Amino acid sequence: MTYYISNIARSKGDPKVIHSGPSSLGTVDRLAKALGWYSIGLGIAELVAAERITRALGMEGKEALVRAYGVRELGHGIMSLSPDKQLGLWSRVAGDGLDIATLMTAMRHDNPKRDNVGIALAVVLGVTLLDIIGAQGVTARHSRPRGRPRSYRNRTGFPQGVQAARGAAKDFQVPPDMRAAPSLAAVSDRAPQERVRSH
Amino acid sequence: MRALVWHGKEDIRCDTVTDPEIEQPRDAIVKVTSCAICGSDLHLFHNFIPAMLPGDIMGHEMMGEVVEVGPEARGKLKKGDRVVVPFTIICGECDQCKRGNFSVCQTTNRKKDLADKVFGHATAGLFGYTHLTGGYPGGQAEYLRVPFADATHIKVPDGIPDEKVLFLGDIFPTGWQAAVQCDIQPTDTVAIWGCGPVGQMAIRSAILLGAKQVIAIDHLPERLEMAEAGGAITINFDEESVVERLNELTGGEGPEKCIDAIGMEAHVSPSMPDTVYDRAKQMLGAESDRPHVLREMIYVCRPAGVISIPGVYGGLVDKIPMGQLMNKGLTIRTGQTHVNRWTDDLLRRIEEGQIDPSFVITHTVSLDEGPEMYKVFRDKQDSCIKVVLKP
Ligand SMILES: [Zn+2]
Ligand SMILES: [Zn+2]
Repeated sequence: MTYYISNIARSKGDPKVIHSGPSSLGTVDRLAKALGWYSIGLGIAELVAAERITRALGMEGKEALVRAYGVRELGHGIMSLSPDKQLGLWSRVAGDGLDIATLMTAMRHDNPKRDNVGIALAVVLGVTLLDIIGAQGVTARHSRPRGRPRSYRNRTGFPQGVQAARGAAKDFQVPPDMRAAPSLAAVSDRAPQERVRSH
Repeated sequence: MRALVWHGKEDIRCDTVTDPEIEQPRDAIVKVTSCAICGSDLHLFHNFIPAMLPGDIMGHEMMGEVVEVGPEARGKLKKGDRVVVPFTIICGECDQCKRGNFSVCQTTNRKKDLADKVFGHATAGLFGYTHLTGGYPGGQAEYLRVPFADATHIKVPDGIPDEKVLFLGDIFPTGWQAAVQCDIQPTDTVAIWGCGPVGQMAIRSAILLGAKQVIAIDHLPERLEMAEAGGAITINFDEESVVERLNELTGGEGPEKCIDAIGMEAHVSPSMPDTVYDRAKQMLGAESDRPHVLREMIYVCRPAGVISIPGVYGGLVDKIPMGQLMNKGLTIRTGQTHVNRWTDDLLRRIEEGQIDPSFVITHTVSLDEGPEMYKVFRDKQDSCIKVVLKP
C-alpha cells in the first residue's frame, strides 16, 4: 500500500520494486524498534489513563507519579526509535528497574489488588529481559570493535608525494565569484594608485 | 535489475526492481560499473531529510557505460561512451547553468512546486536525494537513467581505472570547491572539520592550492592518520581543545579559512554540551540539524576570514552566534557542488598524476553487500572510510 502511494510520486520510466532483498536492519534493530513503539504506547497509556492504572494496582494517590513515568517512557521510546537506539534501550533497562522498585512498594499484604501488582511485575520482568537482550544486541552490533584500526599511513593521495603536491595547483585561477576578502597584498598594491587619483 | 532501495529509517535493501527506461529525448541509460556510498547518504539512512519515500533508489556517486541514448542526446553521447555521472543534474542552458552555478540549475528539478515551497526557489535535480531535489532514482543500481544526459555527464578516457575517476562525480569536486571558495593564499592556514571522504578531498585540495598549513579535525584515529598522510596537521577533539590548539598553531590569530566537512550530524559528546542539547532537540523534532561545527568555526575563525560549508544541512539550526559572525566580518560560502564547473580541470590533474583520489577507498564490495556496508560505514566499523560498490 505504501509502495502504491509512493509510486504515484514517480514517473512511468522510474524503476519500481518487484521483490525485496536483505535489509540493513538486523534482528536486534527490529527488536529495538518494537520496544521503542512499546514505550510510546505505554507512555501514552500512563499519561491518559493514570487513574485507571493506579486503581487497578491499588496505588490510588500516585497518579502524578504514573504520569511522570509516562513522560519518561515517551523519552525511552523516542530514543529507542532514533539512530541512538543503544542509549534508548539502556535507558529502558534503567527505567525497568525504577518500575520494578515502584511496583514492589505496592506488594504490601494489605493491598487488595496485590494479585494485579504480581501480574504487572511479571510483565515488567519479562520486558526487562527483552530490553537487556536488545540493549546488549544493538551495542554489540553497532559498536566499533576495540583493537587497532587499520593503518592508512601510506594513503597520501599524491602519486608524487606530499612535498611535490604543495602548491602544485597554483596554475588554478580562482573564479571571480569565489574570491574572498582581499588579501593584504591586493590592498597595499591598490592604495598608492588611489592616492594618485585623489589628487 | 538489482538496486539499493530505501524502505524506511535505517532500512536499505538490495531489491530486484524494474529496469529504467528512456522517458525524455535527452535521457540516456548508463550501465553502472562502479558506485559509492556517500557520507550524505547517511543523512537519508537516518531519515533526517524527511522527503524520502519507500521504494526510492539510493546513490549519487556512480559511473559506467552508456548503453542507450535518447534522440536529443545523440550529438553529445553515443553507445559505449564511458562516463562519470555528476550528482547534480544540469540542463546546461538556463541562466544559472550558463554562470556555472550548476547545482542551482533552474530546469532539472521535476518536483519544482514542492521545492519552491520548501526552499523559496527550487534547486537542481539530484540523483537519489529525496523528492525535494526531484526524486530521481539513484545510481546504487545496475542501470541508471540519466536525465538531460547531453549535459549531465563527464566523459572519461578508457585505460584509466574506475577507482581513479569515480569520485569526479561528487566528493573530489566537492572537496575542491570547498577549498576554492576559500580563495586560499600562500599565507593561509586552512582548518578542516571532519576527516571523512569529503574532508580528505578538501585536505588534498587545500594542499594542492598552496595553503601554508592545513589542519584537520576528527577523533577517529584511522581518519586522522589518513589526513596526516595527505599533509595535514591533525587535532583529535577527544584529546585536546580544538579552539586552543587552532589558536596555538596560528600564533593566537585563528585560521583564516575554515571548512565544515561534517554538516548536520555533528558528533555528540558530553564534553561538548551543545551537541547533547542539539541531539535532544533533534529527537524531539525541535531542530533538524546539529550545528556544533558552525558555532566552533565562527568562534575560532580569524576576523575577515572565510567559512566554507560543503557539509550538508537539511533545515533549521539553533543558537548560531550571529553577533560573532557579523562583528568579525566573516564570509560564508556554501552550496551543493557545481560539479561540471571543475571536472575538466580535475580530470587533467588526475591524468597528470597530481592527485589520485582512489586513496580514500577502504572497502570494495558487491551491490548485494550494500545494505550491510551502510551499517558498517555509519558505525565506522572496520576502519571504514569509503565504500565502493560493484553492481
Ligand atoms: Zn555525496
Ligand atoms: Zn540549468
